[in-house]
Amino acid sequence: MNALLATAPGTGLTEILSHPFMRHAFVAGTAIALASGVVGYFVVLRSQVFSGDALSHAAFTGALGALALGVDLRLGLFVVTIAVALGMGVLGPRGRADDVVIGTVFTWVLGLGVLFQTLFTSGSRSAGNGAASVNVLFGSILGLSASEARLAAIVGLGACAVILLVARPLLFASIDEAVAAARGVPVRALGIGFLVLVGVAAAEASQAVGALLLVGLVAAPAGAAQRLTNRPWRGLALAAALAVTAVWIGLVVTYLDGSVPPSFAIMAVATLEYVGAWGWSAIP
Amino acid sequence: MPIEAAVRITPNVVDDVRNALAFHFMLNALRAGTVVAIVAAVVGWFMVLRRDTFAGHTLAVVGFPGAAGAIWIGMSAIAGYFAFCIAAALVIGGVQPATRRGFDSESAAIGTLQAFALACGFLFASLYGGLVNGFSALLFGSFLGVTDAQVITLLVVAVLLLAVFACIARPLLFASIDPDVASARGVPVRLLSFVFLISLGVAVAAASQITGSLLVFALLVVPAATAQTITARPVAGLCLAVVVALLVTWLGLGIGFYSSYPLGFWITTIAFAAYALAHAGRAIVRAVR
Repeated sequence: MNALLATAPGTGLTEILSHPFMRHAFVAGTAIALASGVVGYFVVLRSQVFSGDALSHAAFTGALGALALGVDLRLGLFVVTIAVALGMGVLGPRGRADDVVIGTVFTWVLGLGVLFQTLFTSGSRSAGNGAASVNVLFGSILGLSASEARLAAIVGLGACAVILLVARPLLFASIDEAVAAARGVPVRALGIGFLVLVGVAAAEASQAVGALLLVGLVAAPAGAAQRLTNRPWRGLALAAALAVTAVWIGLVVTYLDGSVPPSFAIMAVATLEYVGAWGWSAIP
Repeated sequence: MPIEAAVRITPNVVDDVRNALAFHFMLNALRAGTVVAIVAAVVGWFMVLRRDTFAGHTLAVVGFPGAAGAIWIGMSAIAGYFAFCIAAALVIGGVQPATRRGFDSESAAIGTLQAFALACGFLFASLYGGLVNGFSALLFGSFLGVTDAQVITLLVVAVLLLAVFACIARPLLFASIDPDVASARGVPVRLLSFVFLISLGVAVAAASQITGSLLVFALLVVPAATAQTITARPVAGLCLAVVVALLVTWLGLGIGFYSSYPLGFWITTIAFAAYALAHAGRAIVRAVR
């Protein structure tokens, strides 16, 4: 495979995309990466990485709750992440939850996930259920169907569109909350709405990189972008580009070396981007 | 975790406790749980005070790749837990700016570290052979198989940690409440931060073997958060955190013994109930005044 790629780069790309599962992975992965990068930029700007982390863990509970109850996985994902996002937004002042409240609430949500996992894996069709819960935690981007890839693309692009629509007031509210509120910007509503968006992005992204790893896809490209530039719109575009790059390179690496899990490859690239940006910005 | 059909819950609580303690694994679980609860409450109280909650969570989950990596290369999981948790503590300490003003980049670094560590854990476990049951035990804990050696290890680590905290508690408190004034008064704030994070890493590494990487955080944050909801006084708060942690652990173990639901669910639910009750109580008191 390596020899083939070295001989004809064009052929290599064609070879990769000739497989339906790789096409689904690229379509879903690109949309998820765009959403993670764009949402992630504001998550980092607003110091809400821990909120994003909590919502990604909530995705685990939602997914296993759905599996235990026998309903569609995605229904569980979206219901629980949006509910937890609303809860955190409402509990906190101005739509920002305190870190201790986040930690307390999400440990219980995680405990519920453990309960659902037990119910699910000890069910009548217990064979293979353990693997399903591992997929929930660490992602299964190579196992997406065409309809799942399509839904991921719609949700991902939809999240991007919503963020771009509210980007200007959200930026204002994120940088100087008090002045924004004084100027009539609905800071609290924006905060709650933003958390719901993070929840939606978390629910969708967890199918690709898994509930446990998606905080990295949200935090690393955005963190790198903010290391590299202070300009908001440039940073936004850079975060999205870095996230997409991480997903693409990760998928190619996985294709070339089947023993590397795709979510690991994606996270490794994203981490390298962050470390690289850190090093770059440290040079005087 | 019902062990035998013969073991049933009875109206007599004393008999129930005696029945549970007849099993050696339950005795070890209680011993380990007690040690874990005390250490987690003390370290957790400072973690909550210092707003290091996200760092605490990341250190908690970092134990998983450490254990998975150690198993993959044929070493003891214990070595992996400690190596990774301490290494992660050093990384977090390194990225924390002395003034702690650049918190947004700090939390992005912590989030990235956490996700990358977990990704490594997934890689190690996959290379090891995709042990599904191993995943579950490493992430969510296993009180069923606590060995005597593990109890002793826990006890040694706990004594060392509590000794360290006894020595640094006063300056750490000062540095946690007002780092600028403490620094001006000659308190080595940055060094204390490193010592605290490493202690947190060691505590988490020890506890993760029992509670699992994902759930150890519950014992770190919830009893401390509950205590700080009730009182701001340091000594009273620390004692209260320990009491809450012990009650949560003992109750969780006791109910879990007779219940078919997982222990992690009981511990987190009871902990959350304690926290919610504390908040409700405080709201009522404020309303009455």
